[in-house]
Amino acid sequence: MWLYEKKLQYPVKVSTCNPKLAKFLIEQYGGADGELSAALRYLNQRYTIPDKVIGLLTDIGTEEFAHLEMIATMVYKLTKDATPEQLKEAGLGAHYANHDRALFYHDAAGTPWTATYIQAKGDPIADLYEDIAAEEKARATYQWIINMSDDPFLNDGLKFLREREVVHSQRFREAVEILKEEQGKKKYY
Amino acid sequence: MSFSMRKTYAPYVGPYDPCPPIRVKSYDTPPQLYLGFQPPGLEQFPPREALRRGTLWRALYSPYENPYKPS
Amino acid sequence: MPKETLPEEFYRLMEDLQTIDFVLVELTLYLDTHPEDLEALKQFNTFSRRSRDLRQTIEARYGPLLQFGHSYSEYPWAWADPPWPWQM
Repeated sequence: MWLYEKKLQYPVKVSTCNPKLAKFLIEQYGGADGELSAALRYLNQRYTIPDKVIGLLTDIGTEEFAHLEMIATMVYKLTKDATPEQLKEAGLGAHYANHDRALFYHDAAGTPWTATYIQAKGDPIADLYEDIAAEEKARATYQWIINMSDDPFLNDGLKFLREREVVHSQRFREAVEILKEEQGKKKYY
Repeated sequence: MSFSMRKTYAPYVGPYDPCPPIRVKSYDTPPQLYLGFQPPGLEQFPPREALRRGTLWRALYSPYENPYKPS
Repeated sequence: MPKETLPEEFYRLMEDLQTIDFVLVELTLYLDTHPEDLEALKQFNTFSRRSRDLRQTIEARYGPLLQFGHSYSEYPWAWADPPWPWQM
């Protein structure tokens, strides 16, 4: 089972009410390479991966839910108390018409989240290579959002999340090495 | 191990490209591309700094700044 | 937790907990691929103890952080009291 902790992984701050940035940021909430996709991808693959790397998939998948909550917090803070007029100006008029200020699992262009964003081939190497690629794509997405954001507090949180993609990618690469390893050989070179 | 975390290249600039050309483009090549299987005993950041930077491991830290921002 | 804005101390303590728990996240992922690194394991256990102690301090002053019985509750039931993480 899972246990919820009433605490963010990292202290999230944003500088201003800025629904325009929220519109971009939602990409990492319900987009193809976003945190929801990441969490569900790893936690689903873990059932059919060799025992040696199940722990890693479980832990990274769980951490992704903490990142999803950080993104939600950023979006919430950027749009909280924004007027319908402000939301309309930020390009969120269509979102407001359907959802008010509620979050929804869609990407920056409004496309709803779909299970086709994630793969599960059942082949451990294919799945781990997918995971490495997913981490690099999420890292790139954070970079593109940072490039468009002028909010120093928000960028601080986004840089933290980008760095987590780097670490996750490193661990998935190590997982591949563990599965490649011949019995009795050491893996440091 | 020594490597640069950003690589650059100069794309071909055609005579009919309407946007003012960016003559040098760049992309990230962060540390996980080079580290290999992490050896034991690597240097750590102190806890507070680790949280701020997003990693405990100095060798995995990859700073990022908007490359389009005039510096 | 009280309805009025929480004191600076609460934010400071939470950041201390986030700091310790982040070291634990990093060590967890590292140990997942390095299960035989004894030094990392000892560090993990040290930080695990620190995390438990600090969490108890925070919960005694500001209410439960974990649910399903992993935190004690004062009377009345304090779990749903604000602020939730995104409201902080």
